[in-house]
Amino acid sequence: MTVLVDLRLVIAGVVDPEIPVLTIEDLGILRTVEIDDGHVVVTITPTYSGCPAMRQIEDDIILALEREGVESYEVRITHNPPWSTDWMSEEGHRKLARFGIAPPTGLSEVLCPRCETDRPRMVARFGSTACKALMVCSSCGEPFDYFKQF
Amino acid sequence: MTEQVVAGVPQGMPAVTLEPRLCELVSHADDNMVLAQRLGEWISHAPDLELDIALGNIALDHLGVARALYSHAGEIEGEGRTEDDFAMRRTEREFLNLLLVEQPNGDFAQTIVRQFFFDTYQRLLWADLAKSGDETLVGVAARAAKEAAYHHEFSSSWVLRLGDGTKESHRRAQRAVDTMWRFTSELARSFADEWRRGVDEVFSEAGLSIPDDPYQRSGGREGYHTEHLGFLLAEMQWMDRAYPGMEW
Repeated sequence: MTVLVDLRLVIAGVVDPEIPVLTIEDLGILRTVEIDDGHVVVTITPTYSGCPAMRQIEDDIILALEREGVESYEVRITHNPPWSTDWMSEEGHRKLARFGIAPPTGLSEVLCPRCETDRPRMVARFGSTACKALMVCSSCGEPFDYFKQF
Repeated sequence: MTEQVVAGVPQGMPAVTLEPRLCELVSHADDNMVLAQRLGEWISHAPDLELDIALGNIALDHLGVARALYSHAGEIEGEGRTEDDFAMRRTEREFLNLLLVEQPNGDFAQTIVRQFFFDTYQRLLWADLAKSGDETLVGVAARAAKEAAYHHEFSSSWVLRLGDGTKESHRRAQRAVDTMWRFTSELARSFADEWRRGVDEVFSEAGLSIPDDPYQRSGGREGYHTEHLGFLLAEMQWMDRAYPGMEW
């Protein structure tokens, strides 16, 4: 049976295991999906050096490929050009804010994702994952994660 | 293979015989691997929760850099060596890291001073390597440069706080400088002046001084280490050596 699926769309739907509202497309990790004579090559760019989710993302891409019946595949990592938060989509920014994480706008423009007040205070520059810092809102008092601009 | 003989080193010790380009990649990977392992020792022992998380996060960045560089070194070498082969299956003599990064954590001040010396160095290093002709290395360096700058903000702010803090924090910070200084001459050989300027800038504000004692140790880049590296590797590598080829 031949199933016609847009493989790129399927792979683009793989989510970040630590921020499951974001797909790897939103994050800007997914570079290319190439199909050559039935062999699928997915190329991704790692985010922060210290991101432990990258291996999980690789495994999830492989799972997605296998679910589509792809038998011959590889996941390649490319380091150049290096990933930057500028590669995150607008949609990614909106999803992050809805999820309660301030998107990577640069420190002077961070808004509290809960009440949208500006001028939050930095609590800890190193947060629960490599990509986040911990801040607290000066208005509603809620602590929240900020996705570091990088 | 020709055996390299380094003056002052006992005859018969195996020499490092990697080609220069590979040698450079492995050296930088080893710095990051060994420092990641050291910083990891702080997890659940740091002075407070935020610092625990900070040191753990910095360790992860160093580990990530090491992994990327080991993998790249393996590809260039073309003999099928993986990142695990480099990290887990080499002996102490084959590690080419700087002596600084293998030094014990000591107290928090010692860890911070070691980190500050290393971050100051790595900022210069990555800026330099980001201009190299190796496309993968350029990518890894460009990303690591941003991380090194972030780490440097952390370590230099703590050098300031400790050096210019209480009498006790100053005493400990100065003791850390006195202990770590002897491992700095091999650190920034190609940009020694810039490195020194970066250190002096923060130290003058922190009220810390460079020791008068000119004694310096080196040899890490040739694989001649202080007594501490063997113990670190024994802990890091024991599982892979006890259960060869294990996976999870």
